[in-house]
Amino acid sequence: MPEHLLSPGHTACAGCGQALAARLVIDTAGPNTIIVNNTGCLEVFTTAYPESAWEVPFIHSLFENAGAVASGVESALRQTGRLDQIRVIAQAGDGGTADIGLQALSGMWERGHDILSICYDNEAYMNTGIQRSGLTPTFTSTTTSPAGKASAGNPRPKKNVMEIALAHGIPYVASASAGFPMDLQKKVKKALAIRGPKYLHIHVPCPLGWRHEPADTYRVARLAVETGLFPMVEFEGGQQTGSYTLSAPKPVAEYLKLQGRFRHLFKPGAEAALQEIQAIADRNIARYGLAKPA
Amino acid sequence: MSININSRPGSARNNRTGSWRVDRRPKFLRQNCIACRLCLLICPEGIITGKAKNSFETDYVYCKGCGLCAAVCPKKDIEMIPEDTETEG
Amino acid sequence: MKDFIEGSDAVARAVALCRPGVISAYPITPQTHIVEFLASMVADGKLKSQFINVESEHSAASLVLGASAAGERVFSASSSQGLILMSEVLFNIAGMRMPVVLACVNRALSAPINIWNDQQDSMAVRDSGWIQLYAETGQECGDLIFQAYRLAESPEVRVPVMVCLDGYLLSHGLEVVDVPEAAEVDKFLPPYRPAEKLDPAAPMTFGPLAGPDYYLEIRHDLHAAMRGALKLIPSIAADFSRQFGRNSGGLIEGYRLEDAELAIVAAGSVCGTIKEAIDALRQEGVKAGLLRLITYRPFPEEAVSAALAGVGRVAVLDKAISLGATGPIYADLATALVHGKNQARVNGYIAGLGGRDITIETIREIFTRLSGEEVSAGFVGLKG
Repeated sequence: MPEHLLSPGHTACAGCGQALAARLVIDTAGPNTIIVNNTGCLEVFTTAYPESAWEVPFIHSLFENAGAVASGVESALRQTGRLDQIRVIAQAGDGGTADIGLQALSGMWERGHDILSICYDNEAYMNTGIQRSGLTPTFTSTTTSPAGKASAGNPRPKKNVMEIALAHGIPYVASASAGFPMDLQKKVKKALAIRGPKYLHIHVPCPLGWRHEPADTYRVARLAVETGLFPMVEFEGGQQTGSYTLSAPKPVAEYLKLQGRFRHLFKPGAEAALQEIQAIADRNIARYGLAKPA
Repeated sequence: MSININSRPGSARNNRTGSWRVDRRPKFLRQNCIACRLCLLICPEGIITGKAKNSFETDYVYCKGCGLCAAVCPKKDIEMIPEDTETEG
Repeated sequence: MKDFIEGSDAVARAVALCRPGVISAYPITPQTHIVEFLASMVADGKLKSQFINVESEHSAASLVLGASAAGERVFSASSSQGLILMSEVLFNIAGMRMPVVLACVNRALSAPINIWNDQQDSMAVRDSGWIQLYAETGQECGDLIFQAYRLAESPEVRVPVMVCLDGYLLSHGLEVVDVPEAAEVDKFLPPYRPAEKLDPAAPMTFGPLAGPDYYLEIRHDLHAAMRGALKLIPSIAADFSRQFGRNSGGLIEGYRLEDAELAIVAAGSVCGTIKEAIDALRQEGVKAGLLRLITYRPFPEEAVSAALAGVGRVAVLDKAISLGATGPIYADLATALVHGKNQARVNGYIAGLGGRDITIETIREIFTRLSGEEVSAGFVGLKG
């Protein structure tokens, strides 16, 4: 058996947060896993024909249908009585999860398929070159929401996909981060031990799109969590049962200043925008009870 | 003659991404390593191997030189050095 | 066993006899009866398939793609807007060489919205890489399903197959249909055993990114497989005929074509009306004939050209139109006759869109126009 179930030789950018998270996911899930992947960076950099980096069965169909394709794979396994031995994971990025792929995911969750759906959230449509998505945070500069003389970047808040998942009443919903690899592995293992639909939202920095050094991926991911901008929480049976608490949340500027996509927020006149982002972090901390001691 | 449009597992290993490195590569000093395995977990290529203290190494055939291993090592036991320096193994 | 049933029922019973492992369902008039009949069979334990109610046709097609990739025989059905919504997935299924069988209950396309029959929906996806078979009768609705699975799953084909049946006219029309026994179907259709599937025992990557160095050959491969099906389709139909004792399917059917001077080319249930009109015209001394297209994709140029060899004037009756140009069958047929060096003059007629009735009088009018000086064509039956 190979060392890793996602082999080297893939063409992810140096320092790619999604590559490291995807490898941790499949290594934890093990060889008896079928991966269904929407179009996006992960699929493109791992399956350039005739090469594939996947050591497990893998299928890519379209941009928005992993939820439905995975439902079909799961149904086939159910029909042949193999669902106990083989896990199905449906993976997608921003678009394939929160935007174009939301319908198929919603249908999959509503029907109760035994599938772990994972979002690799790098906060923009990265594969097509850094365009704004429903998961792009407020005041982020992307190519379709650029900061300029008349704009401070994306004006809209991040869509809360975890809440959407929870609204479907599925047994397990959690967020994780490329900056917390062991926590990520624990959550994958926990999720796969639960039968029914599960959702894991993983924050993954993109050095190219976020405009930071490749060597900063880990640090940037951790800061997103430590500021409260990316809350790491767990919901079981609809109730919040876990969270990464912050005894001393870091100010958002410490996270933002490492990334070129927020460079415009450090120019004179952008103070109000920075304050708004700090308010978002503060609201997250309050909402998910992240300030409480562990 | 029909083409197989499905790809074989792990065939990406044919693609030696080590050629991407331009200016730096990691050097494992193997002096203060505590075998925390963070470098092994964090490498996006998954090419760092090792078990006991001071036994970790990377695979320069695939290493892209991103520098994450050096950045995360809590003991600063990995250094990014110029690419054309001689290193062991 | 003979029963007096609608075409949708014939399709559903045939599908059940093929025992697909996974069926996806999303309703759209006039296809819905098919999935309702199947749901009923599953609910009564008569059909042991996974029956999944999806949330749109795009997902209906995507779900059967996934199940097919995982090694199961699958089925779904759609019409009109649903077919167009899933069209992205249809191209994908063909490109991934999944042997999916889909029933398309032919219905007009929006806008304006119209739930009645024409063939614009399946014609709109004629480029997708799916084999397309058109049923004339309720009997053929069921019979083509058996042949479709056998064709799609043949190792030298591995191309998805769309069985097209006219909405309302066939789907809801009641006919005496002979539904075969399970044992007979099992003799005709072996179980589905793909060479590769999603399975941890033999992991493969499906649906890769193929760049300019690879895509052309891969596309050619699909095209070649479809062209190869031109040989397999008649032999499957012949096998069917031998085993079940009736003719269904195949590439084309000629009706009183051998000495015809005027011929109509058409597909689907309208051919029944055309045959009746021809019989009446023959009584009057008109040498009229019909070329019924059963297989539309791949297009059987040689068979068509040969069948029309002696015919001087040919009218194509399209129940669809490539807006701004001609009817789709007309375009393919005219090309086939040019390459076949036929001497016929070919006219194209558009009729029956949005469920406008095509009567014996309509057919008579076409034959009359064909025998006159009119060179090309246009819409038949426009009011005012």
